[in-house]
Amino acid sequence: MKKNLNGKMSGLEKRRAVTGYLFISPFILGFLLFMVKPLFQSLYMSFCNVEVGSGNFKLVLAKNFVNYNKAFRVDPDFSRMLIEGFLRMIVYSLAIMVFSFFVALILNQDFHGRALVRAIFFLPVILSSGVILGLESNNSIISMVQADIADELNGVSVTAALESILRTAGVGTRAYEQVFELIDNIYDIALASGIQIIVFLSGLQTIPESMYEAASIEGCTSWESLWKVTFPMVSSIFLVNWVYTIVDFCMRTDNEVMEKITDNLILLDYGYASAMAWSYFVLTMVFLAISAFIISRRVYYYE
Amino acid sequence: MSNAAAVKAPAGMGNTTAKPKLSSYKKKKIARNMFISVVRFILLFGLCFLIIQPILNKISISFMTEEDLYDPVVINIPGHFTTENYELSYTIMSYKEAFKNSMIISFTIAVIQVLVCTFVGYGFARYEFPFKKFWFGAVLLMIIVPPQVISTSLYLHFRFFDILGIIRLIKGSAINMNGSVLPYYMMSAGCMGLKNGLYIYLIRQFFRNIPKDIEEAAYVDGCGTLRTFFTIMLPDARPILTSCFLFAFVWQWTDGFYSTMFLGTTKLVSTSLSRIVDSLSSFIMRELGIQSSISVAYSNCILSTGTLMIILPLIILYLFAQRGFVESLSQTGIKM
Repeated sequence: MKKNLNGKMSGLEKRRAVTGYLFISPFILGFLLFMVKPLFQSLYMSFCNVEVGSGNFKLVLAKNFVNYNKAFRVDPDFSRMLIEGFLRMIVYSLAIMVFSFFVALILNQDFHGRALVRAIFFLPVILSSGVILGLESNNSIISMVQADIADELNGVSVTAALESILRTAGVGTRAYEQVFELIDNIYDIALASGIQIIVFLSGLQTIPESMYEAASIEGCTSWESLWKVTFPMVSSIFLVNWVYTIVDFCMRTDNEVMEKITDNLILLDYGYASAMAWSYFVLTMVFLAISAFIISRRVYYYE
Repeated sequence: MSNAAAVKAPAGMGNTTAKPKLSSYKKKKIARNMFISVVRFILLFGLCFLIIQPILNKISISFMTEEDLYDPVVINIPGHFTTENYELSYTIMSYKEAFKNSMIISFTIAVIQVLVCTFVGYGFARYEFPFKKFWFGAVLLMIIVPPQVISTSLYLHFRFFDILGIIRLIKGSAINMNGSVLPYYMMSAGCMGLKNGLYIYLIRQFFRNIPKDIEEAAYVDGCGTLRTFFTIMLPDARPILTSCFLFAFVWQWTDGFYSTMFLGTTKLVSTSLSRIVDSLSSFIMRELGIQSSISVAYSNCILSTGTLMIILPLIILYLFAQRGFVESLSQTGIKM
């Protein structure tokens, strides 16, 4: 590589390029060894029957995409899980984006006890990671206690009351079911949006105060300057956060599809596990690419 | 809005008797600010309560005896205060051993990961070299690819570990490295650990914001590359490095995926927590000699206790590092 560019680069530039490569060399090594090879191998494996023997393993290329066939046409659960998980991902990611942007807007204001509130909001980043998240979701005693409390209050839950009002008013159920599900699960959303809030906050802090001043002199109300100043200025952050949210949701350990893949891994069904992992991955990637493309068209770069 | 203004107005008038009269615009503004802060307080209080409530709930449950769990009168304050649950979880999780192992592994892994990621992040932020965009694309790819996709292959890779067939020549067969901690250390040294792409990204973002002049001045004064890096750049980067270290430590501490895959035989707090309900039943069988099924409520009580015991060190850590953590992250100026 050095030789190819010998003619174009000056001595200092060349030396700096070499130093740069030295700095990132651990990454390059790790990337080639533990990423590129496994990535291609697992793709290949998803078309194969994997036979693990003593001292070695064999990959036998199977006909008719056996593993994919099994995943989509034989396995009764996988297609359903995939679609459900995918829809859940879209709805929750949208909710997380709205929630974290809203919270970041509030936390960016000046008020007493801001440090405390910030500390509490970022607590989930630490406390809801890894195994704890998976355990949290099926901890039934908490829900039991909550149900007890709800019973005591004679079942007065705001969402339930609103729901019954809407139902008697004749609004179609499907219109608000999703919304109410989100409201009922606001805890999950709050837990999942720790990092996103930090990222939005960092974006909000880069907006110069003078912009808001100029806007207010021109006669902008706060509501208008939210849409005309804040939104465009943090639009690139929306892209970052959107990508992060979706990726994060994919990797959550309480994700049904991921659980199934890990289960099959333990059963030593490597080919099938890779096939499922790859179909989930590709589906998510396609969605991510399309949505990121749409968002990036609307991103406004100030500088 | 109008309500708050009405309530607020007389108080404003009372103040103005001595001083010059406040204009109606100012009065309106004060009332509006009051209203906003009240609404904000209610909203934030609710959301904070939402986040903290499960922890408080777990604390109260962990001190209850089994009969309290079924007592409809007991909701938050335990009727029969007991520390039995803690003692039981301590034994069945083999907490002491798991804690020690987790501490050592999380700490060393976090140090290695942050160290390597700092080098890489610095390289990306400060040096121009051919194919830089390509390699940074690789970092982004690393963030995006879920570990589950490559996990099958990685598992086999370490199950039959070999470097270009050399080991097979010497020993006759490949080494089974699963169950030892070495593979994971190797992956960490190659920036392929848990969420390492994110650390590289954050650190790069931080170094990009440091003015280039400082480096140039150092260079003119005869400071070499490594010396510039260690004496000038690193001290500046302390806040972001602390945050990344915290992330690495905490995520490693609670991680279940890599732990079960590569460190299966080592006792860790995360894996023993995820198995706690099973261990509870086998423990009771061993102690009493009878196969008894444990009630859902009680196993959940033990689960809550175990969770608390695991997150307690993290909470202490967070209390100490919280301020620097939040501030440094919100000042990196993350951009695409």
